[in-house]
Amino acid sequence: MSNIECAFPFNEYPHVLLAHGGGGKLADDLIRKLFAATFGDVNRHDGALLELPPSKLVMTTDSFVVTPLFFPGGSIGKLAVCGTVNDLAMCGARPKFLSLSFILEEGLPMEILLQVCQDIKSTADACEVSIVTGDTKVVERGKGDGIYINTTGIGSLINKFTGPETILEGDAIILNGDLGRHGMAIMAQREGLEFEPEIESDCANLWADVKKITQAGVPIHCMRDLTRGGLASCLNELSAQASRKIHLESSAISISEPVGSACEILGLNPYTLACEGRFVLFVSSEYKEDAMQLMGPAAACIGYVGEICEQATVINTNELGVERFMEQPNGDLLPRIC
Amino acid sequence: MCLAVPGKIQSYEGEEILREGTVQFGSLKKKVNLAFVPDAEKGDYVLVHAGVAISKIDEAEALRVLNELESLEE
Amino acid sequence: MKYQEEFRDSRKVRAIVAQIRKMTTKHWRVMEVCGGQTHSILKYGLDELVPAGLEFLHGPGCPICVTPTEVIDLALELSMRETILFCSFGDMLRVPGSKEDLLSLKARGANIQMVYSPLDAVKLAKDHPDKEVVFFAVGFETTAPANALSVLHARQLGLRNYSILVSQVLVPPAIEGLLRNPETRIDAFLAAGHVCTIMGEGDYERLVENYQIPIAITGFEPVDILEGLRSCVDMLETGKVALENQYKRSVRANGNPAAQQALKEVFEVKNQRWRGLGELSKSGLGLNEKYQEYDAARKFNLNAGHKKETGNCISGEILMGLKKPTDCPEFCNRCHPQNPLGATMVSEEGACHAYYLYKKRGAHNHEQHRMRLSI
Repeated sequence: MSNIECAFPFNEYPHVLLAHGGGGKLADDLIRKLFAATFGDVNRHDGALLELPPSKLVMTTDSFVVTPLFFPGGSIGKLAVCGTVNDLAMCGARPKFLSLSFILEEGLPMEILLQVCQDIKSTADACEVSIVTGDTKVVERGKGDGIYINTTGIGSLINKFTGPETILEGDAIILNGDLGRHGMAIMAQREGLEFEPEIESDCANLWADVKKITQAGVPIHCMRDLTRGGLASCLNELSAQASRKIHLESSAISISEPVGSACEILGLNPYTLACEGRFVLFVSSEYKEDAMQLMGPAAACIGYVGEICEQATVINTNELGVERFMEQPNGDLLPRIC
Repeated sequence: MCLAVPGKIQSYEGEEILREGTVQFGSLKKKVNLAFVPDAEKGDYVLVHAGVAISKIDEAEALRVLNELESLEE
Repeated sequence: MKYQEEFRDSRKVRAIVAQIRKMTTKHWRVMEVCGGQTHSILKYGLDELVPAGLEFLHGPGCPICVTPTEVIDLALELSMRETILFCSFGDMLRVPGSKEDLLSLKARGANIQMVYSPLDAVKLAKDHPDKEVVFFAVGFETTAPANALSVLHARQLGLRNYSILVSQVLVPPAIEGLLRNPETRIDAFLAAGHVCTIMGEGDYERLVENYQIPIAITGFEPVDILEGLRSCVDMLETGKVALENQYKRSVRANGNPAAQQALKEVFEVKNQRWRGLGELSKSGLGLNEKYQEYDAARKFNLNAGHKKETGNCISGEILMGLKKPTDCPEFCNRCHPQNPLGATMVSEEGACHAYYLYKKRGAHNHEQHRMRLSI
């Protein structure tokens, strides 16, 4: 799996040592021969000088601690870039620069680190973002989970900064695809669940969709990506922040068969499973069709924004036509057996 | 406390209390203990609870109920 | 999934509801005694689809909810011991004992492992001979055979490091307890289809005979539950008193003989305390003499004692169908899933938790009583 152009001496140092985070020769070697070799000419000073456009800036930060490090459809590397890029995109900003901070566990195989870096690089290129600065620390064996990654992302606002305060009654809510693939892909790896075909994470760059929608002139009221806690968490947060009821039609919310089957077996609620390439878009209902067209065939209008409310209120009309509350999940995934 | 899920037996091995099968739930395959369904064979559907098959589904009966309901709908 | 989707079909559901509407002329109270059915009824909103004259009562059907506080405390004590790997179904992890729950202990470093099957716990015992593996064997008759099987596997494999902390309950004595209580007014029962899959029809035939009350053996999908309800309403409206099996695709008259054999081999019937209900005679299972070495309470010298329910929790009355969660002043106030004051708020199958998830702020649902005819 080694990149033959990478000059890092894998034979001499097949695993990360504490010294690789120690600021000395080994750390220098790691930066020059592995990181810089993979990411390109990253600025080696304490910070990066950025040429910024005249528009307003959006900044975000995120940390990635996923285990396992590699899973069908992605890796911690791909996730680190997409996750950060998506946060910027959701604010209406074109992602431009990323910082990368690694916390490595002593003993991590260098081959793994290289693979993660290569994933980061290829994803960053696809998202058209530059990695401009970084840091590396190494912790003792047993004190980390292989790799933790922290990022900061900077983007330039291309139109308006959108958030829950710009959500209006009557807004259509559009979801760009089916739920729970990322959460289930991770769970499958962790729990040794065998799917045929394998479930792949939905980890994806959402900037591409946001760019299309903005360039087409569709006025965006709000966007938010679904991450941990899935659709239920995302919409309950937005309902609370916007102080608006949200009404959903469950038949419009797509859940793939493998995710659905696994949820049945494990007693999980697919509405609370993590996604990493899904977002909800709030637009005035007259733009509903245009937006769905731009977002692709998997996009669906799953509901609309209702009247003012005091606390988070997400109401889902189920297949039997009965309205039920979709509650904020606890945060711990406890499957039902009974 | 009774969540049990229907799945189709793909294969099995072992005897008596250690009889274990690979059961398909949609596209998910899992190992399930088949000790309590000694007459269940490959291709049969079983109800699985806590990793153990508790009954073989009577498919003819299931179909009968569904057909009856179809005629109710009209 | 096959044999699931078809029994959730909205057209079939509507057809049965229409039939039930036609036949209901009086106010009937029908109780289900299975948390899985409680959850299904509330999740799909079946209680709102049926005519106003029909009332679903939610009985003591959640074995997690009825596990006595003192048993949870034993579980907590065991899981704090360094040599013990404590295994449990996910649902049990958030049940509060006198002070805290297993999940909090896990966060503090206790060796607690969530498993989907007791057989997974046996495998852990096999793979970790240096650890004492204890499985929290909670459940009704549906789960008891799997728990028994785990003990049989351990014996066959010659494992000395596997044991179970038992809190097994039996449904028929609970139903009898309810019927004997002069305060309860229950017109018919939906019997838990998976309990009957194991035990057969015999216990329920006796209940019908002795108490002259109609019972329908019922499954778990919306169509199944409504078929069970339809059967009960039909019997009530016509004055028929009988046991009707509406879950024949899984339940045979004599149940599952192989599973019953495993239960007879490993367990014996005993008196059992139910959280919220008190002690019910011959309502639980414990390991018999032949399998005593697998009893964790005995192996680790544990004494349960007896803890009282604290605070204003009315879960006892809810479990008997005397009150609804919305009758409780703490419901959605101090008592909610993140801070459950008692048994019925802990597990998703507990009536209070299920109400919280799907029906809370009851006022909303009274305003919105309508059924969409097109999807």
